[in-house]
Amino acid sequence: MNTVSASPRVGLFWFSSPQTFFPLAGRMVPLFAALAVGLGLVGLYIAFFVAPTDATQGESYRIIFIHVPAAWMSMFLYVVMAFWAAVGLVFNTRLSSMMATAIAPTGALMTFLALWTGALWGRPTWGAYWVWDARLTSELILLFLYLGFIALQAAIDDPRRADKAGAVLALVGVVNIPIIYFSVQWWNTLHQGASVSITRAPSMATTMLWGMLIMALAFWMYSIAAVLHRVRSIIVARERRAEWIRELLAEGRLK
Amino acid sequence: MNWGSWDNFWAMGGYAFFVWGSYGMALAIIAIELWQLKVRRRHAVTELQRDTARSRS
Repeated sequence: MNTVSASPRVGLFWFSSPQTFFPLAGRMVPLFAALAVGLGLVGLYIAFFVAPTDATQGESYRIIFIHVPAAWMSMFLYVVMAFWAAVGLVFNTRLSSMMATAIAPTGALMTFLALWTGALWGRPTWGAYWVWDARLTSELILLFLYLGFIALQAAIDDPRRADKAGAVLALVGVVNIPIIYFSVQWWNTLHQGASVSITRAPSMATTMLWGMLIMALAFWMYSIAAVLHRVRSIIVARERRAEWIRELLAEGRLK
Repeated sequence: MNWGSWDNFWAMGGYAFFVWGSYGMALAIIAIELWQLKVRRRHAVTELQRDTARSRS
């Protein structure tokens, strides 16, 4: 069973073998976690102690340092999830499908966080926690797509069938990503357009933009660490009949 | 950015509920995910141990 995709040749599919990928991912988790913590601390410092008060929104704009990175990650993670799901579907590589499964919970949490912070930002700026605006509605649909993907896979016992069903759902849902992204241009939305920096004074825009970019990078590193940690657990669960994973267990190298 | 005092910092210019509500939820989300990752790993390893023990006996 474990030999299906464990191709002996080194090449494009070398790391598509769970056995090869498992220890590599294990080494990468602490690295990305450390990067996330470091960038997060720098980002938070800029967000609260360097970036000045906004002329029109006062201090409420500081939500941006969470809101925009979470929203970016929610869309980016979906594209990556759909990509791995598609690779798993086309090349029949189990690890690709496991990656898609591992990304979904982090993506769903990022989407929820984007919606939550958006609501808390909308109240002081628009006077409402929620409006049925194109941007907000399409982001809510994204949350349902993630939850649908997770629920669908959880409902199917056979992992390979769950991979395929999930992949189809993920690929159909990709159409929602450009809708979210371009919603502020296609429709007359209450949600502002892209890039907060253009209309502001340069000195202010710079520190705000840097804070936002560093926080986005921190969220990115965090997501990679979380996904790699989760995919290792999925490998342990799905490869438990394989000899190599039992050897790792016997050597006490599974934590 | 000079806040003057910690009271001013925590007050966030009157937007404390919205700003800290956002950052607090971010913290909660991360805490929940880290806990969930830990549970998932423990569950997977326990299942593997059970399977291995069963196949040996």
